[in-house]
Amino acid sequence: MNFQLSEDIKFLKQSIRDFIDNEVDPLAMEIEEKDEIPEKIMKMSKEMGLFGLSIPEEYGGTGVGMVGKCAIYEELGRTHNGYTTVIGAHTGIGSVGIVEMGNEEQKRKYLPKMASGEMIGAFALTEPSAGSHATNLKTTAVKNGDKYILNGSKHYITNAPIADVFTVMAVTDPSKGAKGITSFIVEKDFPGFTIGKNEKKMGLRGSHSAEIFFEDCEVPVENVLGEEGQGYVNALKILANGRAGLAARNLGSSEKLLEISIQHANSRVQFGKPIFEQQIIQHYLADMALDIEALRSMTYRVAWMVDEGMKVLKEAAMVKLLGSEVYNRVADKAVQIHGGIGYIAEYPVERFYRDARITKIYEGTSEIQKNIIAAQLKKQYL
Amino acid sequence: MNILVLIKQTFDTEEKIVINNGVISEDNVEFILNPYDEYAVEEAIKIKEESGAEVTVLTVGPERSEKVLRTALAMGADKAVLIELEEEADEYKIAKLITAAVKGHEYDLILGGNMSVDSGSSQVAVRVAEELVIPHVSSITKLSFDGNKATVERDVEGDVEVVEVNLPFLATAQQGLNEPRYPSLPGIMKAKKKPLERYQVEDFELAEDDTTARTSVRDQFLPSKKQNGKVLEGEMQQQVQELISLLRTEAKVI
Repeated sequence: MNFQLSEDIKFLKQSIRDFIDNEVDPLAMEIEEKDEIPEKIMKMSKEMGLFGLSIPEEYGGTGVGMVGKCAIYEELGRTHNGYTTVIGAHTGIGSVGIVEMGNEEQKRKYLPKMASGEMIGAFALTEPSAGSHATNLKTTAVKNGDKYILNGSKHYITNAPIADVFTVMAVTDPSKGAKGITSFIVEKDFPGFTIGKNEKKMGLRGSHSAEIFFEDCEVPVENVLGEEGQGYVNALKILANGRAGLAARNLGSSEKLLEISIQHANSRVQFGKPIFEQQIIQHYLADMALDIEALRSMTYRVAWMVDEGMKVLKEAAMVKLLGSEVYNRVADKAVQIHGGIGYIAEYPVERFYRDARITKIYEGTSEIQKNIIAAQLKKQYL
Repeated sequence: MNILVLIKQTFDTEEKIVINNGVISEDNVEFILNPYDEYAVEEAIKIKEESGAEVTVLTVGPERSEKVLRTALAMGADKAVLIELEEEADEYKIAKLITAAVKGHEYDLILGGNMSVDSGSSQVAVRVAEELVIPHVSSITKLSFDGNKATVERDVEGDVEVVEVNLPFLATAQQGLNEPRYPSLPGIMKAKKKPLERYQVEDFELAEDDTTARTSVRDQFLPSKKQNGKVLEGEMQQQVQELISLLRTEAKVI
């Protein structure tokens, strides 16, 4: 048993740490205030190769495996979560579909540009009637000669306002339920495809989500991703693949919160001594550290299992669940340790607290993760 | 163009220096590529990207120094040379070793940092130039080429001196020369496959005279803690007199 990251991955991690600390984190407040990622940061992130994390080397990316990806996501999680989400939604659910299910022609066409960040990816499953009940899709795709005609709409689509390529799930055969769903690669310029206005969110500023509309949208048959009728299975696979990565991002954010909480507890004096001297504060910090260590162990173990080719359906759900629960618990304690300052928008704690909340909802709610875990337990024990 | 960049692994500039029995402790210390050498590496890679060049990076130091070679390779250098030397050595000996390693290679340009942030002597690179009998320009902030000729701007105590020099020559990089890039992810993965040659001191078959250090460190100590300042009071005449007396008796500087 070996709990060490390889030298290469340590090197990757350090390079990202330096980049984040020197270039991105100093601009976190600006991202928050302007609700956008500065162009300079986007450009540098692309040059760093961050947009090609999930894409194999032969298609212009940097295949670093799931452990490598998690190590990088952990570092990205330490800064503004809106920035992390723009990259994460692209490298995760936005590009994994084409990497895993795309045919050679599709990969050659899209992946090199996605790896360089010239094209941004987004994942479009959720609809007003299909959130956790993901099979209840209303968007339809009807085959007409060498095209499919898509009609319907989707919402809360992360990266939609900046995306060029969407992985879209639509119903091709309503009589077949989940097996009647097909996934498509839709380019933003396809006729009949439009993007709505940005949704106003509680947090994740700088990362934008929007509605997307299909009005007799024409998608060429060669843009079917995988087999017809496989769309729901594809969506589940894409989501499952991203779960360890989400946990790693939450791990990074939690670590950052612990660090700034320790600093604050050490410098904030009340009753004539640093509040760190108060046992209750020590216990808060110990609880945070304990949660974080448990999350770290599980995150890298699941990542390792993925790299070993093991089945991780249950474990991926567990780590996604643990990651978001830990992040929220840690953020709550961080605000409490900071007191009034933790509620003031001039300090990062308040921002992390708001940004933490979505992690229990997006890419499968905590409740859905428990359903997945229980379903796997049933298979395993009954 | 064939470019050689001389680099060194140094303490992270954020590290706290701890001295035990006159020796600087390396326990739990983070090591980095010397920041001035980073400018030199960046400049070489820029030249490579703009007009084509092969960039070799070289360091003399303990085995752990391999890490900074990997960093330079990840930034975009093509190959690396590590001269392994576990014990401390002075600038004289290091320059001799580098010269021995460089012999037989034709480099059009040799770059190095203006100084290393640890020992800070600014000597090794210029000594190498002297050994190779090529011109050297130190502390440069701008570099451009026109055929076999280079125009170099160098920092001279806040002013700029413009120097023209023929290739081959050696230059040392000053802050302001460029903005070094971060090793990119593809760069880091590619660096693994790039060639790295290793040498031991014995491989060069140097005369004993050349491998014997000419200087040695007798003692090392931290600067004494800053004392509280003293504010003089009273009439100006009186203050001046008191100041002179204090400079004589307490500070002992006059």
